[in-house]
Amino acid sequence: MSKTGAQNTVPQETAPRVSEFRRFRRVFLNRRLVVFGMVVILVFVVVAIFAPLLAPYDPYMPDPNYALSQPSQKHLLGTDAIGRDTLSRIIYGTRTSLMIGLIVVSLAATIGMSLGMIAGYHGGWVYTVIMRAIDVLMIFPMILLALIIAAMLGEGIRNVIIALTIGMVPVYARLMCSQVLSIKENEYIMAARTIGASNPHIMLRHLVPNSIPTLIVVITMMLGTTVLAEAVLSFLGVGIEPPTAAWGSMVNDGRQYLLTNPMLSFTPGLAIMSLVFAFNMVGDGLRDALDPRLRGLL
Amino acid sequence: MLALIIRRIILAIIILIAATLLIFFGMRLLPGDPVLMLVTKNQQQEFNEEYLLELRHQHGLDKPMPVQYFNWADDVLHGNFGVSILTQRPVADELFRRLPISIHVGGLAFIIGHILGIPAGIICAVRRGKRLDTVITTLANIGITIPNFWLGILMMYAFGFQLHFLPIMGYTSPFDDFWLSTRQLIMPVICLALFPIAGAARQARSAMLEVMSQDYIRTAWSKGLRERTVIIRHGIKNGMIPIITLAGMGIASIIGGAVVIETVFNIPGLGRLLVSSVINQDYPYVQAITLFVAVAVVLANLIVDISYGWLDPRIRYR
Repeated sequence: MSKTGAQNTVPQETAPRVSEFRRFRRVFLNRRLVVFGMVVILVFVVVAIFAPLLAPYDPYMPDPNYALSQPSQKHLLGTDAIGRDTLSRIIYGTRTSLMIGLIVVSLAATIGMSLGMIAGYHGGWVYTVIMRAIDVLMIFPMILLALIIAAMLGEGIRNVIIALTIGMVPVYARLMCSQVLSIKENEYIMAARTIGASNPHIMLRHLVPNSIPTLIVVITMMLGTTVLAEAVLSFLGVGIEPPTAAWGSMVNDGRQYLLTNPMLSFTPGLAIMSLVFAFNMVGDGLRDALDPRLRGLL
Repeated sequence: MLALIIRRIILAIIILIAATLLIFFGMRLLPGDPVLMLVTKNQQQEFNEEYLLELRHQHGLDKPMPVQYFNWADDVLHGNFGVSILTQRPVADELFRRLPISIHVGGLAFIIGHILGIPAGIICAVRRGKRLDTVITTLANIGITIPNFWLGILMMYAFGFQLHFLPIMGYTSPFDDFWLSTRQLIMPVICLALFPIAGAARQARSAMLEVMSQDYIRTAWSKGLRERTVIIRHGIKNGMIPIITLAGMGIASIIGGAVVIETVFNIPGLGRLLVSSVINQDYPYVQAITLFVAVAVVLANLIVDISYGWLDPRIRYR
C-alpha cells in the first residue's frame, strides 16, 4: 500500500508546481501592459550597458558652435546651453538612474528586511525599539527626509544613495515585519523549532523564502519610486553633481530655456516617466501573478 | 473610547518629540556647517577662527547638543522659533506669513484629490473589468508615474507660454485679487492633486474589491437588496477603514509634493522655504518647518486612529 501511495503522491506533488509556474507565466504575460513594461525596462537596460556605443556624442563635451541648437539631423534632440548633445546626455542619464535605483533598492531592502525580520521574529522589546524608530522615520514624507539628508551631506552620487536608502528602509522594515509576524504563526515554524532548528536557520530557510513573493512585488515598485525620488532630488539641486548626466537635473537646467528650447526639459522627463511606468506595470503584473489570494480569480 | 483617545494622544506626543530629536541631532551630526555656509554665502574673504567662534556663540551653536535642544524646545513652547542664521530675522514671522499659502495650495489639492480619487476607485471596484474600470485604472497608473515637477513644466509651457490661458507662475492672496489667485492656482493644484487622485483611486479600488468579495456582500445580494443598498450600506461602510487610512497618508504625500511644486511654480510657501533653508543649512528654519510637518502628519494619524475606533467598535476594546 505504501508503494502505491508513493506512486500516487509523486505526480500529485509535482503537478501543482508545474501549473503554478504556468499560472504565473500565463497571468504575468497575459497583460499587454506588463509585457510592454518588460520591453521598456529591457530597452533601458540595453541603453545603459551600451551607452558609449549608442550615444552619438560625448555627453560631457561642450560644443560652443552648437549651443542651444534646435533638434536637427546633427543633434536629434538639440543641445543644451553649453552645446552638449541632449540625446547623448539622456542615454548616459539612463546609467545614473538605473545604477542609483538598483543600489538603493538592494541596500534599503537588505537593511530594511533584516530590521523587520529581527523585530517581527523576536518580538518583545526588540520589536518595540526597532518598530518605534521606524515609526519616527516614517513621520516625514520620504522625499523630505531624503532632501534634508542629501542637502546636509552635499551633492554627489554616494550621498544621494545614502539619503535615499535611509528614506526607503522604513518601507521594507514595516513590510517584512508584518510578513514575519504572520508567517511565524504557521505550524511548520513550530515544527522546525521542535526539531531544534536554530533561529538563523528558521529565518533564512523559512521566513525569507516565504516572504519573497510579496517582497519581489514591492522591490519592483520601489525601483520606480527610487528613480522618481532621485530625479526629484536632482531637480531640486541636491542630487547628482552638475557634470554627471542625470534626468532630474536636466529637466531643471532646461527650465530657463523653456520658451525657446522646450525639448531640453521635455525629453528627460519623458525618460523618467517611461522607466517609472514600466517598473510599476511589471510590479502590478508580478503582484497579480504571485498573490495567493487572487489564485483562481485570474 | 475615551481611553483609546487618551492613549493615542500620549503616543502621538512621544512620536512628535522623537521626530524633533531626529531632525535636531541628525542635522548637527551630519556634515555641513551653517556658519561656514553663511561666510561663503556672503563671500567674506577675511574671516578668522575668532569670527567663526563668535558667530557660533551668537546662535548658541557652541553649547553641548542636548543643551541646545532643551533651549530650543523651551523657546518653541513659548512661541519663539529662533532667529535665522542666514538672514538674522525671526523665524516665526516668515513661517506664519508662509503657512497660510501652503495650506491654501495643499488643502485645495488634498480636498480635490480625495473627492475625485476615492469615488473613482469605488466605481472601478463596482464595475470591475468593464471598460470604465480599464480606463480609470490605466489613467491612475499613468498618474502615479508622472514626475510632478515635469508635469508642472509641461503645463506651464502649454497653458502659459503657448495658449496664454493661465498665468505662468506666482501666488496672489485670494483676498487681494480672487480671480487672479484662482487662475494662478489651477496648474499647481492640478499637479499636486494628481498623485493623490491616482493613488487614492488605485487603493480605494483594491480596498473595495476586498470588501466586495466578502461573504456578507453575497448575503446582501442574495437577500435581494437593491444594488445601491448593497454597495453603499454594506460595501462602502465596511471599506471605509482602509480608505480613511489612505486619506491620512495623503497628507504626507501632499507635503512631499508641495516641496517640489512650490519650487516649480514659484509659490512663496513653506515647501520652497524648506528647500532653500536646507540647502543653506539654516538650522532654525529647517527645525521649525519640519516641526510643522511632523505636527500635521501626527495629527492626521491621530484623527485616522480615532476614527477607526469610531467606525469599528471592535477596535475600541482592544
